[in-house]
Amino acid sequence: MAIKKFAVAAYDDEAVLFPAVSKVRKSGYKLHDIYTPFAVHGLDVAMGHKETDLHIAGFIYGLCGTSTAVGFISWIFTSDWPIVYGGKPHFALPAWVPITFELTVLFAAVGMTLTFCYLNQIMPGVKKHVFHPRQSDDLFVMAIELNEHTPEGEVLEFLKSTGAVETNVQVAEDSWWYGRWDKKEEYEALNAG
Amino acid sequence: MNDRFVIPARLRNTSLALILIGVITLIAGAASLLTSHADTDKTRFWLVLLQDSIFFTLITTVSVFIQAAVSLAQGAWIVSFRRIPEAIGANVWVFGLIAVIVLFAVAFGFTDSHGINTIYQWTTAKGDKIIEGKSAFLNKGMFAFFTLTAIGLWSFFGIKFRTMSLNQDNAPKNDTKLYWKVFRLSGVFLLVYALTQMSTIPWLWIMSIDAHWFSTLFSWYTFASAFVSGMSLIMLWMVYLKNQGNLVLVTTEHMHDVGKFMFAFSIFWTYLWFSQYMLIWYANVPEETTYFVMRQHGPYSIIFYANFIINFVMPILILMARPSKRNYFTVTFMALVIIFGHWLDYYQMMMPGPLKANWHINWYEIGVFMGFAGLLIFVVSRTLAKSSLIAHNNILVKETSIHIA
Repeated sequence: MAIKKFAVAAYDDEAVLFPAVSKVRKSGYKLHDIYTPFAVHGLDVAMGHKETDLHIAGFIYGLCGTSTAVGFISWIFTSDWPIVYGGKPHFALPAWVPITFELTVLFAAVGMTLTFCYLNQIMPGVKKHVFHPRQSDDLFVMAIELNEHTPEGEVLEFLKSTGAVETNVQVAEDSWWYGRWDKKEEYEALNAG
Repeated sequence: MNDRFVIPARLRNTSLALILIGVITLIAGAASLLTSHADTDKTRFWLVLLQDSIFFTLITTVSVFIQAAVSLAQGAWIVSFRRIPEAIGANVWVFGLIAVIVLFAVAFGFTDSHGINTIYQWTTAKGDKIIEGKSAFLNKGMFAFFTLTAIGLWSFFGIKFRTMSLNQDNAPKNDTKLYWKVFRLSGVFLLVYALTQMSTIPWLWIMSIDAHWFSTLFSWYTFASAFVSGMSLIMLWMVYLKNQGNLVLVTTEHMHDVGKFMFAFSIFWTYLWFSQYMLIWYANVPEETTYFVMRQHGPYSIIFYANFIINFVMPILILMARPSKRNYFTVTFMALVIIFGHWLDYYQMMMPGPLKANWHINWYEIGVFMGFAGLLIFVVSRTLAKSSLIAHNNILVKETSIHIA
C-alpha cells in the first residue's frame, strides 16, 4: 500500500480502447489497471494478464468437498453409528452420491468465492480509490502509474493521442484501505493539491 | 468470401473401403449367423444391425437439434461452422431409411424357430398380463406410426434447415426474412424432437426390448447419450476440415464451445444414468432391479463399468481443464472415445434382454459399425463439398467471427 501518482485516461468506445491498450503496452508505460462498466471480452488478454489459476483452486476445493463427504458419511455409517437402512449394506455408496455431489459443489463455490475476493482484494468495508465517477457508468478508465522517468506532460500527451476523451493526473492510494474515511479525505486533499 | 471443400481422394477411398468392409461383414454375417441353427445367432444378426442403425440415426439427428436449439437462442457461435451440422442433418434420411427397414424387419418379420420374436417380445407375446396392460401404446400400429413420423420429420427438417441456409446465401444482403423463418421452424422442430427423441421413440425402439421393465427417465438418458456423441461427431468434422485448411472463420474459441458441450453433456449423461440407477437400486423393487441385475452383476458387468469409466471418468478428468478443450489432439481423442463409449452404452441398453449371456463384440459388431461410419463419412463429405463452407450471407456472420468463448 503506497501513495502513487497516476495518469488517468477515459475512453468512450471499446473500439478506441483496445488499440490504446496495445499502444500503451508497446510504449512501455506501466499500466496500473483498466476500469470498465461491464466485463469486456478479451480485455484481459489485451492487457497481457495470464490465465487465472482460480479454477485450479476450485478443483482442489471440490476434491476437498468430495473427500469430506465420503470420509465423514462412511465413518458415521460404518464405524461410528452403523444402522441398517432398507436392507442396504452399511457402506451404501450410491445413496451417498447426491450428498457428496452437493458438498463438492458447496466447497468449490464457497472456496472460489472467497479466493476471488482475496485475489481482487474486495470485502465489505474495504475502500479503493475511484479514478473517475463514470467508470461504473459509461466510460472505460485506464490508469497508468507514473514515476520519475515518465514526465506527466508527456504521458498525458501520449494518452490524448490514443483517443482519450478525458485525461488528468491523480495522486492516490494504489491498493486499498480499510474503512477509514478520514484517510480518504487525506488522499482527496493530496489530489486537490 | 468462398470456402469450398474438395473431397480428398484419401477420405473418399477410406470411406468406400469402410463401406465395403461393412457390406462384406453383412454378407458374411447373413451367411454364417442367419443360417445358424442357434436362435441367438439370428437374434445377434438383427440386433447388431438394429443397434447401429438406431445409434447412427439418433446421433445424426442431434445435428438438426443443435441447429434448432442455437437458432432459437439466437446464438451466433455456431454460424462459423454451421455447414457441418447442416450437412450431417441433411443426411438423416440415409440412416433413417436404413433404420426404418431394419426396425420394420425386426418388428414385423423376425421370429425365431419357436415363432417368438426374441427382440421385440411384445409383438408375439400372448397372454402376458404386463405386456397386455401396455398394449394401448405398445402395439404394432403405434410402432409403425411413430417410427415413420419421427424419421420422416427429422429428415424433412434436416433437409429444410440446409435448404433455407443455402437460400440465405443468395438472398439480398442483411435480409432477415429467412432468419426469422428458421427461428420459427426451430421452435416447431424442438416440439417435434421433444415428442419423438426425448420421449416416445426410445420407449418404442429401445425400452420395449425389455418390455416388462420401464423407466420414466429412459428417453432423457438415451437423448443425453445421443447428444454428446452427436456433438463429438461435429467436433471430428470441425477438426478434420480445419486441418484441410477450410473453415477460416472457425477459431479455437468455437472449438472450445463445442468442447464445452462434449464435457457438460458427459456430466449430464452421468447425472441421468445415475438417477435411473440409484432410484432403482434404492427402491429395490424386483421387477425394476432385474434390468440392472443382468447388467451390473451378470455377464455384462464389464460393459457396465467400462461404460461409466469411458463416458464419465475420462471426460471429466481429461476435458475439464480449459487448455484441453482448445487442443486439437485432446478434443479429437475424446470425441472418438465418447462416440465409442456411447455406442457401447447403446449396446448395453439393447443386448442383455434378447442375447442374455451370449454377447460378443467381435468381427460382426465391429464390421457393421465400420460400415455405418464409412457411410456417414461418404454422404456427409459429399454434402459438404456441394456448397461453400461459410454461410457468408448469414446475418450473424460478423458476430461469429469475433466470438470469444
